[in-house]
Amino acid sequence: MKLNYRIVIFALAIVFGVVFSVPSLLQTQGGKKITLGLDLQGGLHMLLGVKTDEALKSRIKSIAASVKHFADRNDILIDGLTFDENSVRVEVLDSDEIKSFDEFLSKIEGAKVATNDSVITVSFTPQEIEKIKKLAITQAIETIRNRLDQFGLSEPIVARQGEEKILVELAGIKTPEEEQRARELISRAAKLELMAVDEDRNARVYNMSDADAASYGDVILPDAKNPKIKYLVHEIPILDGSMLTNANVGFDQNNRPVINFKLNAEGAEIFGDFTGANVGKRLAIVLDGKVFSAPNINERIGGGAGQISGNYTVLEAKDLAIALRSGALLAPIYLMEKRSVGPSLGADSIKASMVALIGGFVLVIVFMIIYYRMAGIIANIALIANLFILLAVMSLFGATLTLPGMAGIVLTVGMAVDANVIITERIRELIYEGKSMHKAIEDGYANAMRAILDANITTLIASIVLYVYGTGAIKGFAITMSIGILASMLTAILGTHGIYQMLESKMNKSKNYRFWFGIKG
Amino acid sequence: MEFFKYKHPLDFMGKSKIAMAISIILILASYAILATKGLNYGIDFAGGTIVQVKYDTEAPIKEMREQLKGNKLFDNASITEFGSPDEVVIRMKTTTGNVTQDIGDVTREALKGTGNFEIRRVDIVGPKVGNELKEKGLMALFLSVAAILIYVAFRFEWRFAIASIVALIHDVSIAMGAVALFKIDVNLDVLAAILTLLGYSLNDTIIVFDRIREGIVKSKNVNLAEIINESITRTLARTTLTSLTTFFVVFTLFMFGGEIIHAFAFTLLVGIIVGTYSSIFVASPILMLFGFDVKKYHTKLAQKAKREAEKERMRAQFESGVM
Repeated sequence: MKLNYRIVIFALAIVFGVVFSVPSLLQTQGGKKITLGLDLQGGLHMLLGVKTDEALKSRIKSIAASVKHFADRNDILIDGLTFDENSVRVEVLDSDEIKSFDEFLSKIEGAKVATNDSVITVSFTPQEIEKIKKLAITQAIETIRNRLDQFGLSEPIVARQGEEKILVELAGIKTPEEEQRARELISRAAKLELMAVDEDRNARVYNMSDADAASYGDVILPDAKNPKIKYLVHEIPILDGSMLTNANVGFDQNNRPVINFKLNAEGAEIFGDFTGANVGKRLAIVLDGKVFSAPNINERIGGGAGQISGNYTVLEAKDLAIALRSGALLAPIYLMEKRSVGPSLGADSIKASMVALIGGFVLVIVFMIIYYRMAGIIANIALIANLFILLAVMSLFGATLTLPGMAGIVLTVGMAVDANVIITERIRELIYEGKSMHKAIEDGYANAMRAILDANITTLIASIVLYVYGTGAIKGFAITMSIGILASMLTAILGTHGIYQMLESKMNKSKNYRFWFGIKG
Repeated sequence: MEFFKYKHPLDFMGKSKIAMAISIILILASYAILATKGLNYGIDFAGGTIVQVKYDTEAPIKEMREQLKGNKLFDNASITEFGSPDEVVIRMKTTTGNVTQDIGDVTREALKGTGNFEIRRVDIVGPKVGNELKEKGLMALFLSVAAILIYVAFRFEWRFAIASIVALIHDVSIAMGAVALFKIDVNLDVLAAILTLLGYSLNDTIIVFDRIREGIVKSKNVNLAEIINESITRTLARTTLTSLTTFFVVFTLFMFGGEIIHAFAFTLLVGIIVGTYSSIFVASPILMLFGFDVKKYHTKLAQKAKREAEKERMRAQFESGVM
């Protein structure tokens, strides 16, 4: 037996394969491992869309709020402050103040201010609208990521897909309740608004339609605990959650969980001003369009701290605080695609595909030995090496193994022996032609090479296209197929050639063609 | 062991007319099935909702239907067994975009009292995503065929490329016909199977073509039919063997791989059989049909060799400073 460069490379490849596939195979503590896809370990996959129009609307609304605050603070008389989807309209009664108003409004980024006599209209430039919509998506991704990071699952995936879709993947969700919690946390707008109760008209709220309310610049909101209770509040909020700096779970005097929040300096100032001017009236704390509480204002509240009480459990309060802390979603999100797999189904899929893999593997191995004898055993060594290298490469890249990926591995087992079948058939042919062992092997490899390369490259082309255009689990199939094909070129062509060269002196001596190649010779 | 020991070339081309007839009948039958029955698009492409429910004992499908009847969300829902009597899937064409309200939870509520069950899978694909996946899928199919065509044309000759594409269309058509015939849900996995089939079938064809190319270059024989016969006969052992090993593994996948992988395995199973057949009986006769002329090819090769030699000579002269 003599060493040659091929066998050395092959041996190194096997060592590489075994060493790097061990962490995945034995599930050791350290080391890079293959991650199981959601379809195998169970989990939640969602593709979310963002209603970007709503982001625009809420920006308009916040401009309206700041216009109101500006007018109140500077004692400017205004009338007919209204807004629709695209613009805010306000009439400034004191014509001397129009200029200062203009100045204030033009400081708002991307705003288009049009003044017609005493009526000022504020809208956004098309570029700004585009920007707001884009920001809504980026912000939604950031916000959802922040929320999920605090949720307590390992490695949640939140990523942009395409222009305006958000991919969320949560592995290891075990129960429907957990899934429900995650979904609620993700989709919660967490839009906090502090709104003034319209005390002049609130008594009549139960006899009012939404249109009636709108005509007073008000809006009817339900109570969070009891939707039958309604409040009439001014549509333009005093301030919103964008001025919130922190939110934490605390407990009230009855030891019920509450959420304590803190406002930034600007928010604290607005809050202080408002409470100072409205003692005796009520302030509605509104979250996602529901009134959580509407306490009486007893005195001016400085410092910008507030509390949201509600009838929630500690866990609910905790999730709510997470949502508030990580900020409101600028725009609501909706579901475009969802795939959730229970852990038991994943486990069943692993079991079934393992049975198929082992079954197919044993069939191929046995068949190769019966048909080719020693050449079959050599091909089988290459096949096993191929599997180890495949697992090692996947582990190193931290690739995800999906159910279609398992199918790809099974298919690799069937197709990886192809190269050896082609080579061995060529060698048999040459032996029949009366060539020497040495010549038959060398020419066999040389003749087979071109066909193997062409065939593998075309299969590789199909796999790569599948990878580029495939989605989700299908990508996993393309990955295992591609790596399997590449590894088979190393093991089946180079590796087996090395083995033959090493055994050549023995083969020359024995001349037993039946033993070596399964033919009479 | 040996299945085919090469003695003399078998006359494949002589049988090509019969093979052509069979192929044409199969393809026409496939298109007829596709036209009348149509493909049964699954939720990946058509959009919709799937809820997979597993019971401890046999699933009470009748009772389930009764329970779901009242609920608007389950209008037109179909309930079918999935792999085993314990397991069923509820399929709906509708989807809901609400993130917090989950159809899985709704189903769990609605099926209360029908026995001990577990919701194992909920898939929702909105219409927009479904259309996108369809577009992407067709794009993938088209691109891989185009890329393969270019590669084969570059490595062989344009007629080889055309012949292999005809064989591919043949295989894909018949596989799709079988998918339609057995009413298999066409989802992303079936598309993956079709693309794998493209690669696999071509792999087989190329091995035969490589032999034909070798035969054309090496032998003095100018009769294409004879060259093809010899090439196919010589690769017959390999063709059958590789198909057999691949068939083994796909068959185990089909038998034991579980219900979710069933459609994928089925499509490939049909594809392997058709692909093996086509690389012998379809691709090569097409080559004949397009009038590949061995003599011309020889002259072309000879000219090419001459040009190369000339270039080589010039280079040698240049380097030794004669010019």
